[in-house]
Amino acid sequence: MSDRGGDYSYTTEGPEVAGDRKSGFMGLPALGIADRFAALPLWAKVPIVLALVSFAFYLPFLTILPFAYVRTDLSSGGSDWGGVLFVVVIYMIVAIGLNVVIGLAGLLDLGYIGFYALGAYSVAIFGSPSSPVTKLIAEKFGLSEGWAVPFALCIPIALAIALISGVMLGAPTLRLRGDYLAIVTMGFGEIIRILSRNVDAVTNGPAGIIGVPRPPEPSENYFSSIESAHWYWLALAVLILLMFMTRRLEDSRVGRGWLAIREDEDAAAVMGVNAFKFKLWAFAIGAALGAIAGLLFASKQAYVEPTGFALNLSFLFVAMVVIGGSGNMVGVMLGAFLITYLPERFREFQDWRPFAFGVAMVLVMVLRPQGLVPSRRRAKEFEDRKHEAEEAAADV
Amino acid sequence: MSEQTLESGAHVAGSSGDALLVVDDVTLRFGGVVALNEVAFEIRRGEILGLIGPNGAGKTTCFNVMTGVYTPTSGEIRFDGDRVSGVKPHRINAMGIARTFQNIRLFPEMTAMENVMVGADARHKTSVMGTLFRLYRVKAKEHELPDNPLKRSLAKVFGISRHTLEERAGRQKSMEMLRFVGIADRAHELARNLPYGYQRRLEIARALATEPKLLCLDEPAAGFNPAEKADLMNLIRKIRDKGQTVLLIEHDMKLVMGVTDRLVVLEFGQKIAEGLPEEVARNPKVIAAYLGEPDDAAQA
Ligand SMILES: Nc1ncnc2c1ncn2[C@@H]1O[C@H](COP(=O)(O)OP(=O)(O)OP(=O)(O)O)[C@@H](O)[C@H]1O
Ligand SMILES: [Mg+2]
Repeated sequence: MSDRGGDYSYTTEGPEVAGDRKSGFMGLPALGIADRFAALPLWAKVPIVLALVSFAFYLPFLTILPFAYVRTDLSSGGSDWGGVLFVVVIYMIVAIGLNVVIGLAGLLDLGYIGFYALGAYSVAIFGSPSSPVTKLIAEKFGLSEGWAVPFALCIPIALAIALISGVMLGAPTLRLRGDYLAIVTMGFGEIIRILSRNVDAVTNGPAGIIGVPRPPEPSENYFSSIESAHWYWLALAVLILLMFMTRRLEDSRVGRGWLAIREDEDAAAVMGVNAFKFKLWAFAIGAALGAIAGLLFASKQAYVEPTGFALNLSFLFVAMVVIGGSGNMVGVMLGAFLITYLPERFREFQDWRPFAFGVAMVLVMVLRPQGLVPSRRRAKEFEDRKHEAEEAAADV
Repeated sequence: MSEQTLESGAHVAGSSGDALLVVDDVTLRFGGVVALNEVAFEIRRGEILGLIGPNGAGKTTCFNVMTGVYTPTSGEIRFDGDRVSGVKPHRINAMGIARTFQNIRLFPEMTAMENVMVGADARHKTSVMGTLFRLYRVKAKEHELPDNPLKRSLAKVFGISRHTLEERAGRQKSMEMLRFVGIADRAHELARNLPYGYQRRLEIARALATEPKLLCLDEPAAGFNPAEKADLMNLIRKIRDKGQTVLLIEHDMKLVMGVTDRLVVLEFGQKIAEGLPEEVARNPKVIAAYLGEPDDAAQA
């Protein structure tokens, strides 16, 4: 394959790679926290991550003053602290899923709630003994009263349904760009909600489905709805796993393909990126993450009904991504945290909520249009530079 | 089809090679505008072919049909014996055609290095599942083993994931390309922050990283001063010397004369001349076309 020009290994007049500089990189101010963290050696990173994770798991029992002021149940009538933490984590999962679609691949999806609802309804329809579907199956095959698909099996079912519907929505619509895609996806979100309301034979209509199954429990009632701390831990563990997997994708051929599509789809295609395939993957992965979040939520609630999946939640999800910093996983998680936590913490000012939300939104957009933690991919590069400096040294 | 290719390559006297790409009576209409009118020429393996012509002649459009951005209204394009017209852009890239853009189209929010890696990724296979689970393992060669003793023995037993090998190879290749075009010193800056000349070179590096057989450059020297232009022409020669074929659009006639092996001249979507640079420069039609284009000098 000589005409492919395989060998470019000699060095031309180009200057060598710049060495490590700890601060003031390229005339910009010193690196931010994330960059500094990424630059740390492994032995320093591991304990920091462990400490953060342990702290996150400890949060439900946080009583040391003054830190305990973050709790939402200090005054009477406050929200259940563990429950708030759980919802925060669920929405963080939603945010990193939606971030794959909006932040990385650049596809404005306004119907993300649809996938969340699909996850929730999948586990309810197949896992609850009182859903019309399991009843029908039990009757048809002469199974015992109260038969339902076990929780563990509901997970792959929910994932499969989400993936398939992600692909089904994506395949015809991903040729659309920008605004058109936004409108079509919004329609999808509404269709799912309307179906859940009206197809009584499957979803039990407006009455909803009770008896959504719980995950396998280490002791009796470990995952009952009121044990919100346990639910929080479960969701947190899932979140960490999903963060790890999404990060893997970001730092790969796939992630670069997504960014390239976001930046300039036509140029990406000419550079060999199969834009359609990668967009479809982004959609499917986003759908799967949304479904997992919905599944966990429904399982904790033990109950699903159509009004829980209104369209405005879709907009809230997008707001999390945009406020936090589209394209940055930590950023969108911060966005999810702020949007779910603050209203719970300051319930006293409930009447002011829409106003405060609007003002905050406008402020962020005016002051930090890139989001609170804008996507900068410099952390990774810091690593690269170290490698290459070493390589360059070895070359000589 | 291969017969035809052979034939068209055969009657070329003293050519550097057979036809790599054949443009066969291609017509492209945009509504009433005929952007290309039965254009026919070929690019021979291993040459630098210049594509010149006044503004609006259809040069960029020609690139666009070759790289799958547009499908010709009639006629077809064959590359290495295979039909290109109607094939998706990313498939055409895989066949071995890469290009740069007249109005720079980098991925602005990605670093120079990442831009080139997108190009390098075009030759790789790992997709979502391969990245997530890394179950596709390749037996590691001695020099690929990591230094860390624990990781080393693990890699010996389980092999190395294709993802890891491809990432490493892509990174290495991208760095080579950046060095080759001479912009490695700013490899880690966002493309949007690079100076203009760097951006132009980065586009070339990104295209080269896809390992094309044919590299199409759309006015790569636009906006350069004479010294920079000379540099760039050297670079183009070097690319050719490595065995790749180059198609070059350039306004500056003097420049084009010095570097190209042959020229094709377009005007108003039609080919008006083709041949060795000296011949073309003497061609009265070409002289007329260029004299009729008074702002040509300003273009340089
Ligand atoms: N997408 C399009 N829709 C309509 N007309 C187009 C389109 N693309 C190109 N054209 C027309 O085709 C003709 C050729 O344009 P093209 O860009 O190929 O010229 P060019 O030779 O590259 O010129 P320049 O030297 O200015 O880059 C022009 O008249 C242009 O207006
Ligand atoms: Mg042009």
